[in-house]
Amino acid sequence: MAAPTKAMLLDWYRQMVLIREFEETCHRLYEEKRITGVYMHLYSGHEASGVGSMAALRPSDHVITAYRDHGIALILGMDPKAVMAEMMGKKTGSSGGKGGSMHLASREHNFWGGYAIVGGHLPLAAGIALEAKYNDKDDVTMTYVGDGATNNGYFHESLNMSAIWDLPVVWIIENNGYGMGTEVERASGQVELHRKAEAYGIKSFGCVDAQNAMKVYEVASQAVDYARQHGPAVIEHVTYRYRGHGVSDKQYDARDDMSEELKKWMQCREPIKILRDHILSAHDDVDEVLAGHESEAKALVKGAVEFAEASELPNSYQELMRNTYVPSDLVYKTESSIGAGID
Amino acid sequence: MAARNVAMREAIRRALREEMHRDENVFVMGEEVAYWQGTHRVTRGFLEEFGERRVRDTPISEMAIGGVAVGAAMAGLRPVAEFMTINFAFLALDAIANHAGKVRYFFDGMFKAPLVYRAASGWGNQATASHSHAPEPIFAHFPGLYVGCPSNSMDAYGMLKTAIRDDNPVLFTESIALYPKPGPMPDEGEELLIPIGKGDIKREGDHVTLVAYARGVDWALQAARQLSKDGIEAEVVDLRWLRPLDMQLVYASFKKTNRCVIVEESLPMYSFGSEIAALLQENMFDYMDAPIKRVAAEDVPLPYSKTIELLALPNAQKVVDAVKEIL
Repeated sequence: MAAPTKAMLLDWYRQMVLIREFEETCHRLYEEKRITGVYMHLYSGHEASGVGSMAALRPSDHVITAYRDHGIALILGMDPKAVMAEMMGKKTGSSGGKGGSMHLASREHNFWGGYAIVGGHLPLAAGIALEAKYNDKDDVTMTYVGDGATNNGYFHESLNMSAIWDLPVVWIIENNGYGMGTEVERASGQVELHRKAEAYGIKSFGCVDAQNAMKVYEVASQAVDYARQHGPAVIEHVTYRYRGHGVSDKQYDARDDMSEELKKWMQCREPIKILRDHILSAHDDVDEVLAGHESEAKALVKGAVEFAEASELPNSYQELMRNTYVPSDLVYKTESSIGAGID
Repeated sequence: MAARNVAMREAIRRALREEMHRDENVFVMGEEVAYWQGTHRVTRGFLEEFGERRVRDTPISEMAIGGVAVGAAMAGLRPVAEFMTINFAFLALDAIANHAGKVRYFFDGMFKAPLVYRAASGWGNQATASHSHAPEPIFAHFPGLYVGCPSNSMDAYGMLKTAIRDDNPVLFTESIALYPKPGPMPDEGEELLIPIGKGDIKREGDHVTLVAYARGVDWALQAARQLSKDGIEAEVVDLRWLRPLDMQLVYASFKKTNRCVIVEESLPMYSFGSEIAALLQENMFDYMDAPIKRVAAEDVPLPYSKTIELLALPNAQKVVDAVKEIL
């Protein structure tokens, strides 16, 4: 595996500052009640986990995640305008205002979505990988899963299925220390979470410091190659969330030990700073590019907010009902039919 | 259409087999579907004919069976995932209701999930409480899914073929008691596609409408024959699909008979009967000459002993009694 090029590192920086700007803006808009959904889980602090690992993919590979999905969407290249509009439930949102923060997706980017039930997307990931195997394609399905989900039946059934069917999945456990408010140590009998996958015969690439994008990329590249050729692989990303479980999480304000812990992560293991320091130590003449990415991120997010706020809300019965079903000639409907959906 | 005596299990097997030959993307997965030849022998011979790639044994992992089918369908395959019995599908309710039925909606049409869940359903034979359910209405509760419940070989054949070809997720239940029941079928080489949501009049009559599905249709038909001896002619409406509901057929019959008894194998609370009765009173109040009656299972878990198990089961006599109460 080649070390990341200067161009790659600079692009990672662009992605990471965009995510941070986007997420912190979402947080502010939520506090200001300009975003009104009850659920919103921010990727601040997690940036290097997604950026470094997805850099190991090629465009035909697949990506799926849970509800902490804004960062994943932006890394894959979804338009911040459409993502922000989705936060506000607008018609112009990437899911037409039907999905909200937890249900971003883009066919064009092979992004199969964010999913809101803990672990619910894991068998979907195995199914997407099954299609690749069934049709002899060597695309991998990169699947992000939180530490909390490793205690749930979906995790165990899906990982076992991926092992017995040799499915090309890279399972990335994003271990940020908490499943909602419960520490990993209080929730999991095995605290080395990647070992749970190992128990099913899945190749483990171990535990990675996921605040360091370079390390993440190095290990992800190996795991992706392995999955492409042999079958499922697992990596545990050790990371941290800066904005709690979700935006409505008041735990960080209420618990001093948690805010101390948060400060420590932000001071010592800040992913954007780690990347920036690495770039500055390895390459000359980059200050201008870095500053450019920072101002571009601000401009993009500002533009996204303006676009989203200017967009219309869906407001008709037709829009409410649309896309419950695929319109189909095989379905018999009369005016008296119940439960058929409308086209 | 040739009248041949084909068991419903054979009819389902033929539908599946034909669809697998028609479309390379159709495959079956489930517990014991391959090497064991299917718990109910529906997939007998499939492993030999189609191979391991398309006939996939799974571990006992219902959540994964339910969800893998969704992912595979979103990605372009057409899975037919079998739950050995519908009791086990309870374990997969999140995959079925929250994922299969909603992925299209919450991404506003970006994806579709063209899959079929097959599940053997029903009770009897002293299977005891946790293995004795006919809970089709639970699954019909959720928008985004269609639910098909055939009552005979011909319908099972035509309905399953349509379910596999349709781009929407379908839960397809197969009454265990009906698997061996013989019935007519189209000739080999002749195809039949029964539209999703289209009910069927199984017997015409002017005095009372019996609305049923799956095994309830047999009880209704038996009751109708018995009632006929007393000069009461019952019309038997087999809705075939619990979602969508072909209420036009029910309303047309009710306008003629002005009386209705609803027959189902399921439990009585929040049921098929509740739904049909509610719709009739909302929409057909002016045509109603008597209270709507419901014949369902007794509101109890199922015991082991045959004697008391049978007390809980609906039957033709219970239907006859209900009709006589409202005539």
